[in-house]
Amino acid sequence: MGMTITEKILAAHAGREKVEPGELINVRIDLALGNDITAPVAIREFEKIGVDRVFDRDRVVLVPDHFVPNKDIKSAQQAKIMREFARKHGITHYFEVGRMGVEHCLLPEQGLVGPGDLVIGADSHTCTYGGLGAFSTGVGSTDLAAAMALGETWLKVPESVKFIYHGEMPEWVTGKDLILYTIGKIGVDGALYMAMEFTGPAVERMPVDGRLTMANMAVEAGAKNGIVPPDEITRRYVEGRAKRPFTFFASDPDAGYAREYDFDVSKMEPAVAFPHLPENVKPVSEASGITIDQAVIGSCTNGRMDDLREAARVLRGRKVNSNVRLLVIPGTQEIYRQAMREGLFEIFLDAGAAISTPTCGPCLGGYMGILAEGERCIATTNRNFVGRMGHPGSEVYLSSPAVAAASAVLGRIAAPWEVK
Amino acid sequence: MELRGRTWKFGNDVDTDVIIPARYLNTSDPKELAVHCMEDADPRFPAGVKPGDIIVAGKNFGCGSSREHAPIAIKAAGVSCVIAKTFARIFYRNAFNIGLPIFESPEAADRIGEGDEVAVDVEAGVIRNITRNETYRATQVPPFMQQIIAAGGLINYVAERMKRDGKV
Ligand code: SF4
Repeated sequence: MGMTITEKILAAHAGREKVEPGELINVRIDLALGNDITAPVAIREFEKIGVDRVFDRDRVVLVPDHFVPNKDIKSAQQAKIMREFARKHGITHYFEVGRMGVEHCLLPEQGLVGPGDLVIGADSHTCTYGGLGAFSTGVGSTDLAAAMALGETWLKVPESVKFIYHGEMPEWVTGKDLILYTIGKIGVDGALYMAMEFTGPAVERMPVDGRLTMANMAVEAGAKNGIVPPDEITRRYVEGRAKRPFTFFASDPDAGYAREYDFDVSKMEPAVAFPHLPENVKPVSEASGITIDQAVIGSCTNGRMDDLREAARVLRGRKVNSNVRLLVIPGTQEIYRQAMREGLFEIFLDAGAAISTPTCGPCLGGYMGILAEGERCIATTNRNFVGRMGHPGSEVYLSSPAVAAASAVLGRIAAPWEVK
Repeated sequence: MELRGRTWKFGNDVDTDVIIPARYLNTSDPKELAVHCMEDADPRFPAGVKPGDIIVAGKNFGCGSSREHAPIAIKAAGVSCVIAKTFARIFYRNAFNIGLPIFESPEAADRIGEGDEVAVDVEAGVIRNITRNETYRATQVPPFMQQIIAAGGLINYVAERMKRDGKV
């Protein structure tokens, strides 16, 4: 039997011809990532090992993005631990405020991850890079500490589940809607410990930004990684960016899958996930009428250029409803600059939106848009757990940027075509 | 080794945001984290939890974020172990890495009630419900994970290995 793309990348990094689901293997890592919440814990553990340097200072990436620019004294202390570690070890890819971005928007943009890579990060959404055809997965801080010392980690080879998306995507249906729909179908543990492989004509036509969005939310179905087979679209994206050589892997025609799903996208509507789980998904038409207090457009799920363009398309010449706060958070400094160049900031400002420097901010209830008790928010983020964006008595609905923008205008959850 | 305590029962898909909300992640001090452990799921928990107590939950325990602060908070709160139907994968790894004993047992998760007295034989993976006089089996832990436990967590395991290889 052949191998899946995930198995091939793992085998290549284990120095093996073949690996099989269920095997525990030791793999060489191309990159290890930490942020201002997880790295301080990893640094504490790293120092216990007793080594005096990281395995490769070019391959450890540290991004302060969750609580920076520092939201309070305690987070300032955490960010400082990471900054000082980066200086002490001469970490090449440490991104200071003003040069940083939300980590999973930043790494692909900077060419630090590419097709065929094996990346681990102490952040669950590290699985985002599967959108470029990499194997990437989230781990905890102690795993990051071990990886920073060894340059390798252990992994269990996951079984793969194949998703085939057929048909032409209707207007306003995006990668976010496909992945929400999928999680709605299989549930938040529907792919527990597994690799989700996203294929089919609809994905083959999708730009990289949409693919990154899909892979980003694989963890919301419990998956170890999400992956899109790399193609010409991927090549155009990585060429000129990639800081290291990359390799295109592809699944064999006779590769083994635990399950396969066929979805027809041509009848899909934009999707909305209701509180308090990403699996509570309904078509937007069934959410219409739910009033909101806040809308957030940003995050590692939907803080990229295509996302901001889509939101601007809805917001152009329109005003945010008087009962709503709209927050727009570009994913990186580059995205910020590009959005400004394209005139998107004019559109957002004219509409009455607040534009923030790149940060995770409200996505995890850190700062910059915390919800009060009883408040309701529509967000382009990836989690709507109890208390995720603030008070445990607040609510988060998940959607695409176009739906969030339309909802901001109408003051209630709405489809983009309802905005007249 | 035997772990023994009274149980706190929770449902399915207990996520890391309710185990330790992000608003408290501006510190990584285990004692500070413990004070807020599970407070969004059960406000009585942080003040009521006693050393040795056991958390029992349904499927997919620890889903969501990779924050190791979640198992750290549970351990620092004095919880001796977590029993669930299934665990989310990053939480599963993290728990072993930091030395929080966890047991997968759908049967135990279904049968054990809130406040039951439970004793767990760690090596044998046998869970005894003293209140109801029942016994359940936990899923076998892979041998590699047992090595990590035996070494006292991943960091000790790595340190030993690097010493052996002459890298420290
Ligand atoms: S944007 Fe949200 S989900 Fe993404 S890394 Fe930041 S906190 Fe995590």
